[in-house]
Amino acid sequence: MSARVLVGVKRVIDYAVKIRVKPDRTGVVTDGVKHSMNPFCEIAVEEAVKLKEKKLVKEVVAVSCGPQQVQETIRTALAMGADRGIHVEVSGKDYETLGPLQVSKILAALAKKEQADLIILGKQAIDDDCNQTGQMTAALLDWPQGTFASELTFEADKLKVVREIDGGLETIMIKLPAVVTADLRLNTPRYATLPNIMKAKKKKIANVKPADLGVDVSSRLEVLKVDEPPQRQAGVKVETVEDLVGKLKEAGRI
Amino acid sequence: MFPACRYYLQARRCIRTLKAVQVGHVAPQVYSTQRSSSTVPRITTHYTVYPRDKDPRWEEIEMERFADEADVVIVGGGPAGLSAAIRLKQLANQHEKELRVCVVEKASQIGAHTLSGACLEPTALNELIPDWKERGAPLNTPVTEDKFSILTEKYRIPVPILPGLPMNNHGNYLVRLGHFVRWLGEQAEELGVELYPGYAAAEVLFHEDGSVKGIATNDVGIGKDGSPKDVFERGMELHAKVTLFGEGCHGHLAKQLYKQFNLRENCEPQTYAIGLKELWVIDEKKWRPGRAEHSVGWPLNRNTYGGSFLYHLNEGEPLVALGFVVGLDYTNPYLSPFREFQRWKHHPSIMSTLEGGNRIAYGARALNEGGFQSIPKLTFPGGMLIGCSPGFMNVPKIKGTHTAMKSGMLAAETAFSKITDENLQSETAGLYIPEYKEALEKSWIWKELYAVRNIRPSFHNYFGLYGGMMYTGIFYWFLRGKEPWTLKHNGLDSAQLKPAKDCAPIEYPKPDGKISFDLLSSVALSGTNHEHDQPPHLTLKDDSVPVAHNLAVYDGPEQRFCPAGVYEYVPLETGDGMRLQINAQNCVHCKTCDIKDPSQNINWVVPEGSGGPAYNGL
Repeated sequence: MSARVLVGVKRVIDYAVKIRVKPDRTGVVTDGVKHSMNPFCEIAVEEAVKLKEKKLVKEVVAVSCGPQQVQETIRTALAMGADRGIHVEVSGKDYETLGPLQVSKILAALAKKEQADLIILGKQAIDDDCNQTGQMTAALLDWPQGTFASELTFEADKLKVVREIDGGLETIMIKLPAVVTADLRLNTPRYATLPNIMKAKKKKIANVKPADLGVDVSSRLEVLKVDEPPQRQAGVKVETVEDLVGKLKEAGRI
Repeated sequence: MFPACRYYLQARRCIRTLKAVQVGHVAPQVYSTQRSSSTVPRITTHYTVYPRDKDPRWEEIEMERFADEADVVIVGGGPAGLSAAIRLKQLANQHEKELRVCVVEKASQIGAHTLSGACLEPTALNELIPDWKERGAPLNTPVTEDKFSILTEKYRIPVPILPGLPMNNHGNYLVRLGHFVRWLGEQAEELGVELYPGYAAAEVLFHEDGSVKGIATNDVGIGKDGSPKDVFERGMELHAKVTLFGEGCHGHLAKQLYKQFNLRENCEPQTYAIGLKELWVIDEKKWRPGRAEHSVGWPLNRNTYGGSFLYHLNEGEPLVALGFVVGLDYTNPYLSPFREFQRWKHHPSIMSTLEGGNRIAYGARALNEGGFQSIPKLTFPGGMLIGCSPGFMNVPKIKGTHTAMKSGMLAAETAFSKITDENLQSETAGLYIPEYKEALEKSWIWKELYAVRNIRPSFHNYFGLYGGMMYTGIFYWFLRGKEPWTLKHNGLDSAQLKPAKDCAPIEYPKPDGKISFDLLSSVALSGTNHEHDQPPHLTLKDDSVPVAHNLAVYDGPEQRFCPAGVYEYVPLETGDGMRLQINAQNCVHCKTCDIKDPSQNINWVVPEGSGGPAYNGL
């Protein structure tokens, strides 16, 4: 197969870190905070590399949008087995307002430019939980989409995707080229070991600007404010049902 | 599930086993009940205690490691390690020589495991990078005010700090050491040092002649029960002409090297303290940037060494760094350093600063207190010890960063001349560099540590704290350490605990959630996390000792001295008796348990790299 796979990876605040809202309430503190690759993106990279190892695809290209630091995330993808990387430079105010719509426009443009046959993304990012980029990218390219994939198999020139849905599992057959988004049980990502990190330093990461791809990254959304979730109030214990009804009436609930 | 149903336990066990089978390896419960025939449940599964070459699960596994060569490998990306790396590259560039310098660091990013007060004396930095200000080093807060006090439960007695006393901070900077270390890392990368954060040095490698060959990084993908997972991969070997060990206070590889090369035969055992720290954003009206406050006394009694610090930082927002240090030679097993710290914050003079503020960070780390008397032999064939690992902290000044950096620089200079010496005839494959020790003895580190050598041991008298302060005031201020005697320490910290029956339990106040907090919410703030499916890295040489000895004689002091709630004594499921539960994921890599365990049964080894706390500028 001469297929080329594009994998999107996002650099997010590590899931174990306690998030702090900035004093001016415009966002969260990110400076110096531990970041890592979005866990669903790790699963996407692993799936792409597995396909390459099975010789079903020829080349895996890792893509990330953001400032200089996202190069570390691309290097991790390269260490896991991607062949080369593309860093789409977005920084400053543009990066703060970068959302799924702009990213999907970028990915669609790159897919055409690189002549990709398959795009694998994580189903959602753990910082914004949008769950939109995969779907929007497919729509912009007018490609079929297999989202929440927990199993991926090639059948001739089609893709069999087992999807995790509310009622259980759904199996669909989609034609290539297609967009697939990875869910938790698709695979267990491998570690990026030190020898591979060292080798990854020699792999190429190309720098591209959104303007070169003809994409306007200005946002149509404005964040008004960001707040901490309200503090959980302690519960109150009551002795009898009458007490409970009394308290509910007091609180104006009934 | 239906708790009332009599098949509940069986059903639960069945579901758990099914889930484990789905994931692909045997459930730990099933394995442990097959293995341990005694009533002691299996706790330790790490290969350092149960070697893999005798383990049938590892028979088919490829254990060959990829190896690479460097000129110098440095273990630990802290002030000492990075200063050594920078100095090596500076010399290489100056003399137009090629030198491959690799630094391995267990934290996911440089600075993430760094914790210190900190009040930095810029002497070593001025020597290493004279133009640090232009390069943007984060030394933003010069000390403008020094306050020292003795606290009683309600009052504060100010103590004047005369110039000449070690606690005088004129010319020093209050820094967030994690950010400073991060900046050092950037300087190192600019010079061409290869930095590898996220990879822990797990094993020292030896040549056939016994000299150090280098290190191997940690294996990944070992399951909680010690068996290999599908994603198992061996660590990598990094070979070097000389390896510098800068693991910080009580490093786990250094512990092995002390035994291997008998480095501690002519020095006193190292003594330690635990330091707990928090960062608070306070009310602007209470903020005095540049003020360094220290206190001794309450809540500790006069025979327990310790004290506090509170630094007002000048970094944009009204930030204070505050913390509490407790000497680990304390004798009462009911003492909890964490709860002493939380209790101290309620002192009227401290509470007035913190009221209306918000806590944003928490962490803890052990620190050295042994000073001059506890410095071991520093060089051995193929390697050298730098920084807080051997321990160059100036205890009364409570500063060790400048000496750590200087030791790294001296190690680099002596290593560089040896490596680039074309006429060198080395007896061993790994280079032996005793010139490092000679250079240290001629440097200001030695003079400084010698001058203050008697201050910490002077606390071992009936009057405790007050005896020590009198000694400092009389002998140090007049004689500057020139007195002809050298006082001794009290021996190993782990041997100092009295049995629980001889001591009174301490009644600590409940945390109020505004000034003082509970342990688990504090641990969550440290951002610490580890891959949960790996063998606990807090290994026990003997699984039965905690309940049989630590709990029986000392009432389980590890539940109190661990600042992260790793150790818990919980009732056995069968009803009678207790067992030790190790919550390895909470560990903040402070090393206190390895130091203070009265049975010396706990051996801290390094977990999978990039696990551990996620400190940001602590």
